[in-house]
Amino acid sequence: MGEFQVHRVRFFAYMPAGIRCVAHSARSARLALARTDGALEVYNFAANYFQEKGIPGHETRSTEALCWAAGDRLFGAGLGGDISEYDLEKLRVKYSLDGFGGPIWSMAADPSGTQLAVGCEDGSVKLFQVLPDKIQFERSLDRQKGRVMSLSWHPSGTRIAVGSIDLLRVFDVKSGHAIQRILVDRRLQGLYSCECVVWSVAFLSDGTIVSSDSVGKVQFWDSEKGTLLETHPVSSSAALCLAVSEEEDSIVVGTSEGAVYQFQLLPVKWGSAESKWVRTKPFQHHTHDVRAVAHSATALISGGLDAQLVIRPLMEKMHGKGYDAALRKFTFPHRRLVSCAKKAGLLLFQFPQHLELWRLGATSSAGKDGDILPVSRAPEHLLQLKSKGPEHICCSCISLCGSWIAYSTASRLHLHRVHVENGSVSVKRVPKVPKLLCSAHQLLCSADSTSLFVASDQGAVHVLKLLEPGGCGPLQTLRPNSGSPEAVYLLAASADGDWLAAAGGDWEVNVYSLRHFKPHCTVPAYHCAVTALAIHPVTNNLVITHSDQQVFEFSIPDREYTTWSRKVQQHGLHRGWLERDTPITHITFNPNQPAHILLHDTHMFCILDKSLPLPDDATPLMNQTALKQLSEKARRGHAHAFKICKKYQPLLFVDLLEEGSLVVVERPLMDIKTQLPPPVQQKKFGT
Amino acid sequence: MLTEQNRKVSDQKPLGCWSVKQDQTITCPAVCNFETGEYIAVHDDKVLRIWKDEDVNLDKVFRATLTADVYRIHSVPHTEPLVLFKGGAVRTLDALLAAPQQEIENVISDEVIRWSEAFMETQQPVLIFTTEKVSGFLKTCYSKNKLVPEEEQILSKSLLLKMVVSDTVLKGASLAILDKDHVAVLGCLDSPPNIAKECLSIWNTKFQTLQTSKELPQGTSGQLWCYGEKFFLTHGKVLTVIVYKCETSSLATAVGKLKDTQTSGMRTVSSYVNWNTLQEEDLASPHAQQSVAAKTESKRTVSFRDDSSQHDIEEELRQFLSNAQMSDFQATVGYIITGLVNRCKTEPTFYPRHCLVQLIQTQGLSYSLCPDLMAVALDKTDVHLLQLCLQQFPDVPEAVTCACLKSFLSISDDSLQGTNVNLDSVISFIDITPNDQVEKQTETVQNGFSSALMEEDSCDIQLTQKPHVVDTEELCPVGPQKAALLNAILHSAYSETFLLPHLKDLSAQQVILFLRYLQFLYIKCSEKVSTDFPGMLSPTINQIMDWMCLLLDAHFTVVVMLPEAKGLLFSLHKFVRAQVRFCSELNKIEGSLQELQRIKHQKDFGLYSIEMLELV
Repeated sequence: MGEFQVHRVRFFAYMPAGIRCVAHSARSARLALARTDGALEVYNFAANYFQEKGIPGHETRSTEALCWAAGDRLFGAGLGGDISEYDLEKLRVKYSLDGFGGPIWSMAADPSGTQLAVGCEDGSVKLFQVLPDKIQFERSLDRQKGRVMSLSWHPSGTRIAVGSIDLLRVFDVKSGHAIQRILVDRRLQGLYSCECVVWSVAFLSDGTIVSSDSVGKVQFWDSEKGTLLETHPVSSSAALCLAVSEEEDSIVVGTSEGAVYQFQLLPVKWGSAESKWVRTKPFQHHTHDVRAVAHSATALISGGLDAQLVIRPLMEKMHGKGYDAALRKFTFPHRRLVSCAKKAGLLLFQFPQHLELWRLGATSSAGKDGDILPVSRAPEHLLQLKSKGPEHICCSCISLCGSWIAYSTASRLHLHRVHVENGSVSVKRVPKVPKLLCSAHQLLCSADSTSLFVASDQGAVHVLKLLEPGGCGPLQTLRPNSGSPEAVYLLAASADGDWLAAAGGDWEVNVYSLRHFKPHCTVPAYHCAVTALAIHPVTNNLVITHSDQQVFEFSIPDREYTTWSRKVQQHGLHRGWLERDTPITHITFNPNQPAHILLHDTHMFCILDKSLPLPDDATPLMNQTALKQLSEKARRGHAHAFKICKKYQPLLFVDLLEEGSLVVVERPLMDIKTQLPPPVQQKKFGT
Repeated sequence: MLTEQNRKVSDQKPLGCWSVKQDQTITCPAVCNFETGEYIAVHDDKVLRIWKDEDVNLDKVFRATLTADVYRIHSVPHTEPLVLFKGGAVRTLDALLAAPQQEIENVISDEVIRWSEAFMETQQPVLIFTTEKVSGFLKTCYSKNKLVPEEEQILSKSLLLKMVVSDTVLKGASLAILDKDHVAVLGCLDSPPNIAKECLSIWNTKFQTLQTSKELPQGTSGQLWCYGEKFFLTHGKVLTVIVYKCETSSLATAVGKLKDTQTSGMRTVSSYVNWNTLQEEDLASPHAQQSVAAKTESKRTVSFRDDSSQHDIEEELRQFLSNAQMSDFQATVGYIITGLVNRCKTEPTFYPRHCLVQLIQTQGLSYSLCPDLMAVALDKTDVHLLQLCLQQFPDVPEAVTCACLKSFLSISDDSLQGTNVNLDSVISFIDITPNDQVEKQTETVQNGFSSALMEEDSCDIQLTQKPHVVDTEELCPVGPQKAALLNAILHSAYSETFLLPHLKDLSAQQVILFLRYLQFLYIKCSEKVSTDFPGMLSPTINQIMDWMCLLLDAHFTVVVMLPEAKGLLFSLHKFVRAQVRFCSELNKIEGSLQELQRIKHQKDFGLYSIEMLELV
């Protein structure tokens, strides 16, 4: 039924960058996350934790603090000394403002979201006013000695607790004076001479200040009297970050040993009014420094230098042992970093500052299921394209024939013509590529390699004619009728060159007719983020997957959902399918089997056979091993539409080459771990 | 205020400052005489200085040189300051100033004062101090620590508290009196590897025990205050407040509340007393309704029932056992059984078998509680009782075990037919229905293993002997009763060294019989996958093997010489060899299986491979 030669590729040396800081917005159920390379990601918790937005990194940008303010506006500040506001519609930095206080270590928005307090290297705490489309310096609080490592507003907005080196201070916002100065003990054990960096503070509404420091203690202070209430040693190295729940009854603390601890305010006795902070749960999901934590209403969120984002639901806040109660770990982006030239057997890998072009190997033998075939031609690294400038690459693509490579940074689109002839590779930059007014969010070449589609802001898609032997035509633009403010981040073109589908940040999917160069129709709105799009080469049906794991098939010529899609919706998808925790990131088709849809997420790839019955919850979703043991005849009775293979994981990319063989790109977690710097030395038994 | 060199007093404004000459050192904290407003200090141990606020130069103020070293001066309001000398003598200041050169006696010898305090008690000044004994071993750190609070007026050592911690020296103690029976001591224990451990301890002075202690690893200032059932002390950088509560001291709390197994020894004394009360209340009541009559009756029972008939005893015992809820039940049972056994020994016809069985079945007895019981049972060849004893006593000596074994082996199966030996331990491998003994039962062979098959596999050509061998292996060489008794032996605890000499007492015939039985058990055992018989009392394969080895060790020369043992040894050897071979084959298979699994799991695909995949 479906026998493939599989090119199992593990030479994509992708390294996710460590997580530096996070900011959770309970209001919009979103998590903003900044990585050590300056990249920003926004996860939508309501859309099944989908990574819905991404702003590529920048060589000089190092974000130390993120905060949501004035509704859903996102601000970041870093060691560059700038405070930036991010434009989440256009997916770029909206503006930056110098704080004039040297590197910025911390930033927090006041409870009303109208002021930003920024802690600087020079020891000053500066207040900025958040205006409708900018921020404005308001004043500085009294400057003190020592860099400001952390700060936290009192929920009343009248005080700010500031963590410095060996010190905690409380400022009165109105007068700008320091009204309390608390010395933090340097020593827990060991050397007294090491200074104690107060990495993180939190100001609770009852006046208690919680601090975590480089000595590894979590301490509770009385801000009125300036006295120590409690000390909890949590780590032998450092307690790097802490976050308090909205109800102020739970605190999460991240340490440099990769452990995350929860503190809870619990009554001393059952029914007693007196409560006490108690260290309740330790979690060890990280191997390296946990640099960032956040506390949502139902979960502890932690991000570490091991590049993992972990969302650990609190069981006591969960109803039953359901799907939402499962631990989630995010290591890989929810977007495609690999593109494949199906006709030429080439793979293009996207790294932050360069691209790699590889040619797949070949074999001359055949075999049966499970065999490893001898490789007659080894894969070949053909090309490395380095991007110039400090900006990181945000998207890239290679044409199906392998002769065009396009990539874009935040400010510039680059196009290259590639000639691959008998082992010799030549690459020529296409001159006079039209300058884009705004950044490209996704690139796609048409099936016949004559046009390049560039996904852009405000729902627009630019079309660039690719001219032989290495030139390009003028820019043409397709815009939706509705006039969306959000950027387009997914594109799909039909094989016959007639149709183009584009999905934007508002989750609207627009279909354009390329023949008439105008909008054709809009797919009915669905309430969840689109994770992948593809147009069937034979039927021109548009297949759409959403972050809630739903699969739709929309007939472009008929402008309606297909009968099969309606049947799927009526029948409902299998529970096992709906409860997968990573989104489908790529869809492709097999021209020889028109009823097949090939999809993949991080942990499996699946051939969806529309001709077979849909499974119900009683039948196992993963039935390949069982089916293989049955006779040809018996299989027919048991087969269902989902043919799932979990042999290859974690999967970054799966595609079907023109000659019918599959290419799978894996990135084993072990390979990533070995590339990470050694973690803080931990004593293990017997070593 | 006297400041130390390593402490700084900042942010404080001194009101006055006086200093001694460069070569002089102040050896005692200066105090203020509240009556006169004068300051008193001592330098160079013996020189007393008294001055007032307006005096500027300390060198020019009043000076008195004493004949002995001063430890401290205590100034208590409304009374003359007290001068405590290092020798333990105390003088009031005015008495001392009247005659500075007076003789000062030594109250304490080879002891040094560690702490002192003065206060008013019923308008009398009282000065107490603690001393530490400086024994000759101090330098080698073998000395024990002592605290001796002494009262000045009586000057007798009222109490000596000993620290349990050996090898340590108590330094810098500070003391607080909590109530009439408790004192708190804050001190520094200097143990050999230079770890000074400071700790706060509460002592019970009534029973002279350490009530509790708390270590203060971050160090203290050596000062301890207590106020309103709370201790205040500086611990490291913080002021620690410890709440305490002194319970009324009683011996029970002083010796600790934990019950010790040793104390049960003490209990037996009281159980004797209880025996009488038991007699009065329970045992005798059916016999006589009047308590007076009951008392006489009980006395008779206590005197070991010298003349009561077996029947009477049984009746009484029944009554006693029906009321088994009482405390000291165990001890009482021991007491009764000792009485009964003693009477058995003196009176050969007296043997209350039923009573003894009942008493043993109370499950609380041990060999040591009634050492003569088994000897008596052996004498009477009461196999049932012996079986019970072997099964229940945890401490049967090896000699007795061996005597039992010898006795069991020598009894003929026929004479055992009628006895009520418990057969639970044999039903899993011997068919006890007598008629079926001839019929060979078809056995289910688990795991494809059968001894017969092993025989065919073996390369030894011993065809003529084979039927015979199979026979002996298949049939139990002893009757079920005897088998059950032997199982009780196998199950008993022993130590090899003590068992071996006694095992040598067995005759050759007994050894052969026992070996044959052990071989039978071994083969039966090996047939099962689990290699163990079901049931609690059945012997385990390890017990069988151990006994077989012991027996062969003890009688090796005999067994080798005996012609009838040859066949037995031969078949045993062959069986064991087959087992060893079987196990080594299993080991080989295990190795291969592991290898297979390893290959399956640890496939390294490298960076690139081309594979075939079929989705059906």
